[in-house]
Amino acid sequence: MSERVNVKKKKSPKSEAVMPSLGPLGMLRWAWTQLTSMRTALFLLLLLAVAAVPGSLFPQRPANPSIVTQYIQDHPDYGKILDSVQLYDVYSSAWFSAIYLLLFISLIGCVIPRAIAHYKAMRSQPPRTPARLSRLPEYGTLVIPADAGIPASAAISDAAELLKKRGYRVDVRDRDGERPSLGAERGFLKEVGNLVFHTALIGVLVSVAAGGLFGYSGQRILVEGDTFVNTLVGYDQFTPGTNFQSSQLQPYSVQLDKFDITFDRESKGKFGQPIDFTAEVTTKENPDAPAKKELLKVNDPLSLGGTSVYLTGNGYAPVVTVRDAAGNIAMQGPVVAKLQGENYYSSVVIKVPDAKPEQLAFAGFFLPTAFITDKGVSFSGDPELINPQLTLNSYFGDLGLNAGAPQNVFELDVKKLTPLNARNLPTKGIVLAPGSSYTLPDGKGSISFDGVKRYVGVDIHHNPGQLYALIFALLAVAGLVTSLYVNRRRVWVRTGTHEDGRTMVEYGLLARGEDHRLAGEAAAIRKLLSSEWLLGEDAAPGSQPAPSRTADNDRADTAESGAGGTDASPEHPAEDFIQSTAGSSESKKDQ
Amino acid sequence: MLFSINETMGQYSELFMLLAAGTYTVAFIAFAWDLAKSSKTLRAVDLKAAELSGQSTEAARVPVGVGAGAAGGDADRADSDVSGPVGRAERPTSSSSGRSGAAGAGYTADGSMRYGGERRVPARVAVALTVLGAAIHAAGVITRALGAGRVPWGNMYEFLTTGAFVAVAVFLLVLIRRDLRFLGTFVIGLAIIMLVAASIAFWTPVGHLVPALQSYWLIIHVSIAVMSSALFTLTFAMSALQLVQSHRQKTIAAGGADKLGFMRLVPNALSLENLSYRINAIAFVGWTFTLMFGAIWAEKAWGRFWGWDTKEVWTFVIWVVYAGYLHARATRGWTGTRAAWLSIVGYLCVVFNFTIVNQFFNGLHSYSGL
Ligand code: HEM
Repeated sequence: MSERVNVKKKKSPKSEAVMPSLGPLGMLRWAWTQLTSMRTALFLLLLLAVAAVPGSLFPQRPANPSIVTQYIQDHPDYGKILDSVQLYDVYSSAWFSAIYLLLFISLIGCVIPRAIAHYKAMRSQPPRTPARLSRLPEYGTLVIPADAGIPASAAISDAAELLKKRGYRVDVRDRDGERPSLGAERGFLKEVGNLVFHTALIGVLVSVAAGGLFGYSGQRILVEGDTFVNTLVGYDQFTPGTNFQSSQLQPYSVQLDKFDITFDRESKGKFGQPIDFTAEVTTKENPDAPAKKELLKVNDPLSLGGTSVYLTGNGYAPVVTVRDAAGNIAMQGPVVAKLQGENYYSSVVIKVPDAKPEQLAFAGFFLPTAFITDKGVSFSGDPELINPQLTLNSYFGDLGLNAGAPQNVFELDVKKLTPLNARNLPTKGIVLAPGSSYTLPDGKGSISFDGVKRYVGVDIHHNPGQLYALIFALLAVAGLVTSLYVNRRRVWVRTGTHEDGRTMVEYGLLARGEDHRLAGEAAAIRKLLSSEWLLGEDAAPGSQPAPSRTADNDRADTAESGAGGTDASPEHPAEDFIQSTAGSSESKKDQ
Repeated sequence: MLFSINETMGQYSELFMLLAAGTYTVAFIAFAWDLAKSSKTLRAVDLKAAELSGQSTEAARVPVGVGAGAAGGDADRADSDVSGPVGRAERPTSSSSGRSGAAGAGYTADGSMRYGGERRVPARVAVALTVLGAAIHAAGVITRALGAGRVPWGNMYEFLTTGAFVAVAVFLLVLIRRDLRFLGTFVIGLAIIMLVAASIAFWTPVGHLVPALQSYWLIIHVSIAVMSSALFTLTFAMSALQLVQSHRQKTIAAGGADKLGFMRLVPNALSLENLSYRINAIAFVGWTFTLMFGAIWAEKAWGRFWGWDTKEVWTFVIWVVYAGYLHARATRGWTGTRAAWLSIVGYLCVVFNFTIVNQFFNGLHSYSGL
């Protein structure tokens, strides 16, 4: 990496200098160099972090459009202004997209040349042996006694063998010359890991985008006994991706047989809080497939026909029967009550378009355990059906359903209707317990409360990008770990024969990138070589590991002055080896 | 399937937590005493040495490392902003730090952060007390888990008490290998704050988990998040000290007076930077897993793996900031002080995510139990 960073530094003034003469092309090149520089990448990363924050401060449309509308109403002074700069759609806003797109362009511009450079580096030989190994951050010498019968060339071959076993790529130079040497390198995986990591991030982004294009999602409410079939009409709400085709839908079915809730009856603070939801369902992969009993729980979706089915909501559905003036059943079945407050305090809307001569409607509340305060305010005392109660107002008139405009089933527009029963009318409101019924005034009909069922809300999602996003994310982690924990190291060894016949060996190590274990590696290699040549540390008085030091140039210079500018080499007696490092020697405190 | 609640266990747990907080308080005092005492002793030693050499004021002002030729580089590089490593190849290896303690001639502690040198009795007492406190704390965490019949991290109270335990435990584990006792006041102080906040502001009796949290992903995702946060806590403290130390080293190098005597117990800025980089790298991998597992869990629970829920936003922001930190360490002019600032900002985001976001921001993750 260092090299890349350095090259960048050297290059940029040059390209800046030629920019005017190159005109637009030069400008482009200059811009590209800037965009793909580490500094820009860092800047864009930090910018991305900052840009993500407002999305947590202001309500976001994709999560909850109605809260956004409310927020704009509540803040007339600046609500609209925030909207105009897309602060309610931060993550799809032009500016957020611009930042991450620039970042990813920068990433591509960064990864490709690095991949090429690394490919070349992997195929080329380890770099030539530096003239002065003593300048390297880890350096040491070994002396093989003359009577051991290991000449310089054999020593270098031994060292090459050992390093190869240790996973180094080794290149021996000048084996039969006066001063044979070798260069060795390992840890190419570090850069590979880094490249895999960055490339995989692009993969994650593309997968997420693809999921948005080809996926779909929808919601459906199922009362106990209901069956959902995966076709467009089966959904209460459906959100297709940009490239969705309805032929993608596999017509599987899910029937809700039973829904159970366990409420907390143990802990004081959370008494009555639901602690378990279990839906028993019967599923069929397609209309002809065998039926299968399954359990649907929170955190445990069904997977069917390439989609996942999630349990996302639940509530009570009172079962009612409404008869019209003629006594005919105009409506019969469960009515989904919408949660409003504590303990399943829910609102109920019943529309009866089939009632004759006039259409009927009811609106009110359902309480699983009804209580009434002294002031006449009713509330639900428990989530379970201890004292279920339905309190309703009734209306008649034209429901406006024939006009064709879609209506919200949970809301009733009473403007055009005439009230029949209401708290403020002499007729009062309707209060029903299960099994009871009520006859409407003026012979308009009757309503009976037959029982209570439970319903669940399910979300159905199909996201084809998901699996790929996961694969790329795993790849990214693998690359990250490799890049952070593999160390890229170079080792050089040089040997020579002393006048008195001893074989002198010197070695040096250099790390590329952060490597706090380089000293350990130097010690390990030293140990290997010593035992290969049967040199106890005491048996070879001329040998010496130099204290490690940084590869900082200033420091190396200091060391050099100590060595009198001479390179530690076999031409000099062993004492020179010692001297050559003496200038910098300060015994390490920690060993 | 659901274990039943054991309130007695819960009460034991609360007692243990209080005892642990008390023990930590004594440990905290011992750590603080160590800082105060050591800086005094060191100064006395210095003065004596200076008298002996007969140049009292001169000697006390020798800039870090100048005397020892080889260590000259360390002084310049104390703040890499000034003359930072030119490229990665020139980054110091671990071994380089070994010398700086010696070169610093008592102005900074041994850069290798290994044990050695003189016995520091208060520090030993402090560590022993911390171990004791951690043992009691562990008992508190375990009884809480037994009382609730599940992992003890399902609401703010539990996040805080268990999180404080993990922070102390991680600190003690690192202490086995490295002498980071100079971080003691900080880590133990934080643990005390967390325990007190948990007991006063966030107290929640033992209880069941809401269905959305009943998943093995709670165990995986949250435990990794807590451990990474504990590591980030250590690096935050080290980065903060790095800033102070680097300022102090510059002052001393410029011949200024050393006003922060207790900083002698702290290694030089470069060593701090290097170690906190290594810890941050581990914590970043942990945070990457936190993010990923969170996404997988979100997919299981809510049917989408990413929805920019407030908690998700902040987890992402933290991840990006630390990615920026790792980048900074490889960017010219961004190592040293600036990288330290990024590490600090990252940690502030962690704290923000844990406190403010959990409490005041509404989102799908509103499980704080309040
Ligand atoms: C999506 C945005 C990016 C993220 C999240 C990211 C994250 C990271 C992380 C976590 C590391 C450290 C781990 C490792 O070495 O593999 C890293 C290293 C690196 N990144 Fe990025 N990066 C991003 C974009 C870029 C870009 C645009 C560039 C090119 C300018 C770049 C160049 C590098 C280089 C050169 C390193 C190696 C530094 C070293 O040797 O420590 N990255 N990146």
